[in-house]
Amino acid sequence: MEHEEILHRCFRCGYCKLPGNYVDVNCPSYLAFRFETYAPGGRMWLLRAWLDGKVSASARFADILFSCATCGNCVAHCAFPEFKDRLLLVFTAGKEAFLDEGIAPPPVRDLLTKNQIHGNAYGKPARQRTSWSEGTDIPLFSDQEYALFADDVTAYDPRGQEIARSVARLLQQAGVDFGVLAGDFRSDGNDVRALGETALFEDLAAHNIKEMNRLGVQKILTLSPHSLNAMKNDYPGQGGKQQVFHYTQALAFAMKNLKFKTGLPEIRVTFHDPCYLGRHNADYESGRMILRAVPGVKLVEMDRNRKNALCCGGGGGNFFTDLLSGGDDTPARVRVREAAATGASLLAVACPMCAVMLEDAVKTENLENLLAVREVSELVMDASCL
Amino acid sequence: MTAELIQRLSKIVGPRFVSNAAEELYLYSMDPGTMPQAYPDAVALPKTAEEVQQIVRLAGELKVPVVPMGAGLVLSGLTRALKGGIILDMKRMNRIIKVNPLSRYAVVEGGVAQGMLQAYLKKYHPTLKHSMPDAPPIATMAGNMCIHGSGHLSVLGGSHSDMLTGMEVVLPTCEIIRTGSCSVSPDWFGRSPLPDLSGLFLGWAGTTGIVTKLGIKLFPNYAFNDMLIFVCEDADTMPDVIFRLTGVQVAEDMTPWMTPKPDWAKGFLHINIAFGAHSKKELTFKRNLLQASVRHYIDRKTAGFLPLPPTQKNRFLKVPSPDLARFADLRKGGGFEYVGAMMAIEHFPEAYRAGLEIAEKFQVSYSLGARIIGAGHAMMFFFAYAFNRADDEDVRRASEALDATNRAVLDMGGIPWKAERPAQVQIMEKMDPDTFALMTRIRATLDPNHIMNPGNWEK
Amino acid sequence: MKPVVFDPDLCAGCATIDCLMKCQYVDFKDIDDARTEKLNINEGRDSRVLHECLTCYACQEYCPDHNNPFYLLVERQEEKGLLPAPRPILEEQLRMMAPRGRIERKMVSAPVVDMCAFPMLTGCVRGSLFENASTIVGTDIFCNIMWLHFAKNSVIRERVPKAIDNIMAFYLKDANTNELVCFHDECYGTYTSVAKAYGISVPFKPIHLFDYINRRLDVLADRIKPLNQKIAYQRPCSNRLSPETDQTLDEIFKKIGVERVPRKYDRQNALCCGGVPRAQQRDELADELVEKNLTDMLSTGAAYCVFNCPFCMATLGMEVAERGLMPILVSDLVQLALGE
Repeated sequence: MEHEEILHRCFRCGYCKLPGNYVDVNCPSYLAFRFETYAPGGRMWLLRAWLDGKVSASARFADILFSCATCGNCVAHCAFPEFKDRLLLVFTAGKEAFLDEGIAPPPVRDLLTKNQIHGNAYGKPARQRTSWSEGTDIPLFSDQEYALFADDVTAYDPRGQEIARSVARLLQQAGVDFGVLAGDFRSDGNDVRALGETALFEDLAAHNIKEMNRLGVQKILTLSPHSLNAMKNDYPGQGGKQQVFHYTQALAFAMKNLKFKTGLPEIRVTFHDPCYLGRHNADYESGRMILRAVPGVKLVEMDRNRKNALCCGGGGGNFFTDLLSGGDDTPARVRVREAAATGASLLAVACPMCAVMLEDAVKTENLENLLAVREVSELVMDASCL
Repeated sequence: MTAELIQRLSKIVGPRFVSNAAEELYLYSMDPGTMPQAYPDAVALPKTAEEVQQIVRLAGELKVPVVPMGAGLVLSGLTRALKGGIILDMKRMNRIIKVNPLSRYAVVEGGVAQGMLQAYLKKYHPTLKHSMPDAPPIATMAGNMCIHGSGHLSVLGGSHSDMLTGMEVVLPTCEIIRTGSCSVSPDWFGRSPLPDLSGLFLGWAGTTGIVTKLGIKLFPNYAFNDMLIFVCEDADTMPDVIFRLTGVQVAEDMTPWMTPKPDWAKGFLHINIAFGAHSKKELTFKRNLLQASVRHYIDRKTAGFLPLPPTQKNRFLKVPSPDLARFADLRKGGGFEYVGAMMAIEHFPEAYRAGLEIAEKFQVSYSLGARIIGAGHAMMFFFAYAFNRADDEDVRRASEALDATNRAVLDMGGIPWKAERPAQVQIMEKMDPDTFALMTRIRATLDPNHIMNPGNWEK
Repeated sequence: MKPVVFDPDLCAGCATIDCLMKCQYVDFKDIDDARTEKLNINEGRDSRVLHECLTCYACQEYCPDHNNPFYLLVERQEEKGLLPAPRPILEEQLRMMAPRGRIERKMVSAPVVDMCAFPMLTGCVRGSLFENASTIVGTDIFCNIMWLHFAKNSVIRERVPKAIDNIMAFYLKDANTNELVCFHDECYGTYTSVAKAYGISVPFKPIHLFDYINRRLDVLADRIKPLNQKIAYQRPCSNRLSPETDQTLDEIFKKIGVERVPRKYDRQNALCCGGVPRAQQRDELADELVEKNLTDMLSTGAAYCVFNCPFCMATLGMEVAERGLMPILVSDLVQLALGE
């Protein structure tokens, strides 16, 4: 197994379980299950034991491994310099080793199969990838500055499609020169890679890169931070040469072009940092810059914000596999409780997966009367003269 | 029996929070120290004192051992199930119940982590703080309390058990009892004037009951904080230096340290001294008091305070310090255990020399140091050894060094703190027989079914 | 061992005893008192000056005859074992700053900037001001002037030649330059004043940072956007060894459009930042010096407190910032004016 030489170096001191300010448990899977096995240190020790023949691969072991949301909290807060940078690589390698042994939780297996056969998590045709923009005046990519890439969720999930339309309309209004990527595109592969299916990820990436090169794409705008992460950090290793931005990064600097309604009442908004925009790509400001530019918005912070943000639980494929579901303390439920505790009436998100995860959690927690989840673009749209 | 145990535990805490899967049994069979594995039959994660009570009742009925566990960071294997049974991982019981800002105490559940209380106070009561051990912030309040831990306010307030104001405990016979003022009053202000029953659960390694709530003293969180590093070359002067520095009653924390790394520090004895104040003027006054207390040595040029620019002090003022956890990776092997010896201050030179000799003899990577308890009333002298977990020979050397250290400590009149099972045996050999007999009688009375963490404090 | 260059006859004929009479930290009843103490030092007898000296280097500047009074004083302190700081402090510092012997040959090209032993400041060498510059850094090229504060001329004699050899052998020998830009006053003082007084030969040409910056500003003149700010300058002790460069600094400030506000404690009357007396365990004196410096700076209405010594900045920077002045290094201030 790759990186196995560092497994024994984990002391299991537990810094990885907490945010930097220690307010509460911040590892999504450990939060949900509370067994030491579900914490990063537990995974490290179990993988070592498995390689040493002390523990067998099992369905539970697979659940433990694949429930990691790859949120990067452990990387951010591990006490050991350098070693910490390899934590997620170790877990991905562990998952890859399990897949090589043919052991994976059924939902993981199903997700990877759909990606293998259909090129996306929903098992839908590639030609439907732009169906969300049909019937609108949102342009397709031709020779604009940016090509807008829709990930699987914004392409195929009804809620995600709403977000895609909202983002696109807002970018139009803000004068961002873009067109929607249409062609034979597949999943960005971010979650496939996180699940340890490296070969499949490489296929997906190579395919998308080839298609982008064919269309002459120079700059990509992504709707999802997951796409941003894969295309910005992993595609170059597969030959990708495009510059990649999350849409908030372009919008933040185009906000001055928008006109807003007057007399908007003050509204308390709290921002949920998406892991793949924040911890993985160190952008904690674009979303906040946008929100601060909206009249009436009073930005309040949750105890866990920026590098300390609690993941919604949807990363690492869990959005599709749902391995973290079922308890009172799923990350999404804890997160909306935390958001509500700030007194905010709006929870702003900048990731379609976070949007879906947190909206479901608001319903489960019966917080609908107190808290609404809005994707950043939707919140801006509500206040703008569109 | 295990099937029945699991089924009935599931009814108590819910199936999500019970496991007898190989993965959990493996991981909970050990801690990060050198003690050998001891497998439990099940791991359960209770949420309330009532659930703990029901589990203890079940254990009593089935005659199954129960081992309470906080973060599992004790390093000396006290949360291993030496005779099998149920490990109760208490960390779901993590509510901070109340803070009394005027009487300066907090009441928390048994699984609250040190870091969580620190964060809570910072947010809601920024003028208050509690004494944090140098354990990682996930370490629990109750776990640390039960082992007589100490922390960054221990010069000011003594050991953490001295800061205890009361407890709620599930007894082995299933009653939920309270110690201290909270047994009579709604307030958790202290343990006097009642017969002090808290001692029945402190230092007993979980053999007498399970702490589900505790009250702890809080202290002023100063707006201005500073620290000094005293350095000298002669171990023999250390008891007097500590006596002088504690004599001015200004420091919150004093931690001597003697390490071979970095190279410049080898052979020198340092003391980090932390103190705080409400104003800069007061802070300067306190610093001057500390410096004046050891002027005798400074004037002779045999000792002094390191000149640290303000920017370099921040890392030393960080609580808890991550440096201790980092020591675990000294050998790039993720292993670290120490003997923390409670002892009288005058044994400092002896302990220091013993530590150097043992490290040399067993060829182990070491770090020596201490935390002063109270106004120089005692110290916890630590002999820390790092090892490579993947190297059996290295682990064996560390283990032997620890064993030798325990013996050396007892020979010089100290007592190994949070003693692992073999060290407990060494202590019991030295202990006054009538005292040990009383311990045994008390334990038999409290735990007639002998279900609480058996294997500890037994000959 | 070569003795420190010092002419006792020249000193004996001195009419003013400026080296002691101008001292800001040791008081003398009158000039005769100072003369007596100076004679004691010169002739190897004990003197209270050897015990009370703050080691601020100022007497090197005050001496009208450039007769190295401070270097001689340090020599006498060491001969008599009069340590300004406790022995363990000295010993630890000696180990911390000892050459590691881990130096590696590196191809460098002009301008080569000597960052001394402080890698944390290499980030300052950037932008058009230091275009194409190479930096060298590490304890193996440490200038070792700090031992003047610790009565350790012997260490200077032992380590400085090695550092010079290292600079030549590992960097400058194969480079296209014989010039070494000294980022710190300390290094420049070592390779000019100390080397000369201690008989240490220096095979390269040290360039003071101010001279380098001043020349670069001529080249970059069209990029300068005057800052139009008042600044208070904290002159470091080591600049006493190259007082001529203080004028160059004035030229720099003029070019970037800042006003060096008149301070009570500037130029020849500059006051120690308070760092060294802490090593000497004189914290109350250090506090007093910090307070005097701050009060003086604040009274000028300056917006910036400008440092050229990183140790002064580490000592005073936080206090300065707390009182509302922006602490900044000379090079960073110049880069601000260059819009970088």
